[in-house]
Amino acid sequence: MTANELLPLAVLASSLVPGLVIFTLPEAWVGTRSALNLFGALAKLALVGVLLAGVNEGQDYAVRYEALPGLDIAFKADGLGLLFVTLSALLWLLTTLYAIGYLEGSPRRSRFFGFFSICVTATMGIAMAANLFTFFVFYELLTLSTFPLVVHRGTEQAMKAGTLYLAYTLAGGTVLLTGIVWLHHLLGHTEFAHGGIVAALGPQAAGQLKVIFVLLIAGLAVKAALVPLHGWLPRAMVAPAPVSALLHAVAVVKAGAFGIIRIVYEIYGIELAQSLELLTPLAVVAAATILWGSLRALFQDDLKRRLAFSTVSQVAYIVLGVTLFGPVGTVGGLVHLVHQGIMKVTLFFCAGNFAETLGIHKVSEMDGAGRRMPVSALAFSVAALGMMGAPLTAGAISKAWLVEGAYAAGMDWAAWVLWTSSLLNAAYFLPILWRFWFRRTPAAWPHERIAARGWRETSWLLLLPPLATALATLVAGAFPHIELSPLDWARLIAEREYAPR
Amino acid sequence: MAWLIVLPLGWASLAFLLGPGRGAVAAIIGLAAQLWLVADLAAAVSAAGARTHAVGGWGAPLGIDLAADGLSVVMLLLMQAVALPLAVYARAYFAPGADESRYFWPMTGFLVAAANALFLSADLFNLYVALELLGLAAVGLVAAGGGAPQLAAALRYLLATLVGSGAYLLGVAALYGTYGTVSIATLTPLLAAGQAPALVWIAGGAMLAGLAVKTALFPFHFWLPPAHGGAPAPVSALLSGLVVKASFYLILRLWLGPLGELAAAAPGAGWLLALLGSAAILWGSFQAIRAAHLKMLIAYSTVAQLGYLFLIFPLLAAPSAAQAGVMHVFAHGFAKAAMFAAAGALIRATGQDTVAGLAGLAERLPLTLFAFGLAGLTLMGLPPSAGFLAKWQLIEAALAQGYWFVAVVVLAGGLLAAFYVLRVLRQAFLSAPAAGALRPVPRTLEWTAFALAAASVLLGFRGVDLLALLAAGGAP
Amino acid sequence: MTSGLIFACAGAAVFALGVAGVMLIAHLLRRVLAFNLMGSGAFLVLVGLGQRAGVPDPVPQAMVLTGIVVAVAATALALALMRRLHAATGRAELPPAGDDD
Repeated sequence: MTANELLPLAVLASSLVPGLVIFTLPEAWVGTRSALNLFGALAKLALVGVLLAGVNEGQDYAVRYEALPGLDIAFKADGLGLLFVTLSALLWLLTTLYAIGYLEGSPRRSRFFGFFSICVTATMGIAMAANLFTFFVFYELLTLSTFPLVVHRGTEQAMKAGTLYLAYTLAGGTVLLTGIVWLHHLLGHTEFAHGGIVAALGPQAAGQLKVIFVLLIAGLAVKAALVPLHGWLPRAMVAPAPVSALLHAVAVVKAGAFGIIRIVYEIYGIELAQSLELLTPLAVVAAATILWGSLRALFQDDLKRRLAFSTVSQVAYIVLGVTLFGPVGTVGGLVHLVHQGIMKVTLFFCAGNFAETLGIHKVSEMDGAGRRMPVSALAFSVAALGMMGAPLTAGAISKAWLVEGAYAAGMDWAAWVLWTSSLLNAAYFLPILWRFWFRRTPAAWPHERIAARGWRETSWLLLLPPLATALATLVAGAFPHIELSPLDWARLIAEREYAPR
Repeated sequence: MAWLIVLPLGWASLAFLLGPGRGAVAAIIGLAAQLWLVADLAAAVSAAGARTHAVGGWGAPLGIDLAADGLSVVMLLLMQAVALPLAVYARAYFAPGADESRYFWPMTGFLVAAANALFLSADLFNLYVALELLGLAAVGLVAAGGGAPQLAAALRYLLATLVGSGAYLLGVAALYGTYGTVSIATLTPLLAAGQAPALVWIAGGAMLAGLAVKTALFPFHFWLPPAHGGAPAPVSALLSGLVVKASFYLILRLWLGPLGELAAAAPGAGWLLALLGSAAILWGSFQAIRAAHLKMLIAYSTVAQLGYLFLIFPLLAAPSAAQAGVMHVFAHGFAKAAMFAAAGALIRATGQDTVAGLAGLAERLPLTLFAFGLAGLTLMGLPPSAGFLAKWQLIEAALAQGYWFVAVVVLAGGLLAAFYVLRVLRQAFLSAPAAGALRPVPRTLEWTAFALAAASVLLGFRGVDLLALLAAGGAP
Repeated sequence: MTSGLIFACAGAAVFALGVAGVMLIAHLLRRVLAFNLMGSGAFLVLVGLGQRAGVPDPVPQAMVLTGIVVAVAATALALALMRRLHAATGRAELPPAGDDD
């Protein structure tokens, strides 16, 4: 096995091996566990860096393993996959730091971090999958490894949420599998390739291809939380904050959206999808999700639930971008994959900070929180402004491209949907910001667990990650055209997709 | 090859004489030796093709021929590879001097000998003898040291199995009467050659019906839940994981061999089996979801999982269907053994058998529940387990021939399995405190359960090797 | 109709009666007897059909002998279990199925 073949496997191993070891650690070995976690995260980042450098030089990283005759588990490192890999690796490091701080003193941490690591391994597998079969294997692995995280607290409510989550995701997985086997049966393989592979079947397979498309997208739509399959997401908010951050910014929801991107671009190909008239219905579903998610978010008092519906809405932006035929829309969707991840994770980190430090979970309790926890509130504000599409934030960049892409594709109504959604975003985020900064602090907080020490409003482990991601939001927004920015990357990928063959 | 039959008979008798303590050691040593022998045989068959061996130097028709091809070797491998960890498990499970363990080891030895003989037999009558011995040993295991419910379950099983093998024998008799031989190798071309008389059709039907009873195909499954659910955990593991597979192996062997022409001429037979298999999947899963006792849940799960095996019969035109069946046999063998082993540990810890009583055990017995979960993964057919590979091949074989409803049944079965597996896991993950103090569980129990479960998942990575072994030696 | 064929048909009939007995009779001892009847029927078929042009064929005879031994072993097991059940429950019938769970 050459070094090039070893590298993708090493990326997987960098979280799998520490995860398996962590399972065996006694609960009290906090230092060892944190060290293992961080070592894994840093190793992964380093390996991803090597991958990036290599791909930049034109190296080819691919590895295959025969699972059944004619069916391979295959990994490759291409532009789209690496985009997701890098996002996941970076955010995993930050979320690990955050989780170590958040769960201090909680029970069953070995089990938590073990499954946490496996969850990230699964995400990496999804990102680097070179065919639908491999994608599916890791997709289901993601479902299975996130279940223990959702039910971590073991309360009746957590169990209910977890069972609902599994019901949705296993059903979705079954539908997805149906589509994959059918496609494999028709084509003999399911390898991802630029411009899609399905065109080789010719026009007589059009009817079947439409049905397969519906099956595949439906299966992925569960994780991507497209309406009406989004029901599990708000209920899963019962999980601890690091889980919500990871699930909703990095792993699960993004995996669904990423899968949709792969299907549209690298299985069907954008032109074939357009000619089969598959893009418009998908765009409608995405638009409906955008509006419905934003509307529901308006009426939530629980902060995490409001953020959950915001996620439902925002991830649909990515799907909408994918359906806008034309390179501009594609860039918009892809870059929003990254930007939404960074911004949403910030919001969840801060929500976790408020809950953990002051015991406030509801928007109505957030009066004056900005005075008591200025750093968290500032990070939250930056990310919220990004969600609204305020200038100089990452969100503005993605929104601009998406709107332009909508016009370029001749789908002006999509631009209206995006503008409406921005307004709705403002409607449910601005009141929170108002409460933070412009209302009087209450006499006592519901449950102040961590006392303020000077400017350190809470544990530094809880402060550093949201600060980092909020900063990233600003940098991505202010300097979008530097090399290797998410925007730059997205444009490279889109170029290859639309290049004439 | 003959050693694979003689050796277990030897240590079974030795175990009977030595008593349970040293008998266990004899069993474990014997099984380890057998595993080595099977590995050796597998290597030989992979390299050089199918082999035969005339026992005592006397060949057929008066003597007995043993034959090992890809399918036999694969089944032998399953048998020894599951029985060995279960033997280690059982040694730790039975309290020293317990009544149950006095007969456990000799019976297990006879069971293993019978199964090995079954997989190695090349003629129909020897298969009958092996089948009977297997059934009797299994019944003995169910009854050993048990109270009235176990005795009743054992008797029900005994009567069912005797009817099954009786029907099989009738078929053999009819075939011999028509063709003058019971050797499978000779019969297959004879049956394929000309128009088979009506008697042969009846014989085929009788044999299949009899074997279906022994494999607990719906609606002949009535004996399985009480027998597997009521027996001690190691016994249930052996029975669900291995014994029912032996009679399935025979159905497959017959269907691919002598009865193949008949099957090709009457596709309705294959569809009938598939229909009954679908009913088994639905009924078994439904009952498992409702079961209040853990071992009954697992036993009904066996009924459901066996249904999958019968779905392959109408699809056998595609080679991946037979492969799917064998892969599923392997996957389910390991997974079900692991599940019963884990259940045994859980029952030992809580002192009671209900699913509700498992509340909060995830913290105390994490390894056992992890094993249960991994085994459940295989049953649900989720990647990367071997169960998933079997499911994929089955669906692909169905789609290749246009029978999409079979694929739907398979997929629905996976979801139904998720229901009952999750029932157990959900209870265990609840953070409620356990009702009473937990009794200590020997680590061996947890580790063997885990090893078996891990094997069923890891097999998912080596699926190609298994299939290569199956194809080697010109499997039918 | 050759004598062999008469035996075979009789054997089939006896087999059918035996199966019916095992399935339908409640008393265990009678069920065991029915099982033996079933076995005898099968053996009769084996011997009856297995005659080759008047020359006695040793193979079915060997098979029947083996079969008888197996049937004896099975009967012994059945009777032993039946006695144990009777000692435990006082009845020589199987309790109705599905009474647990």
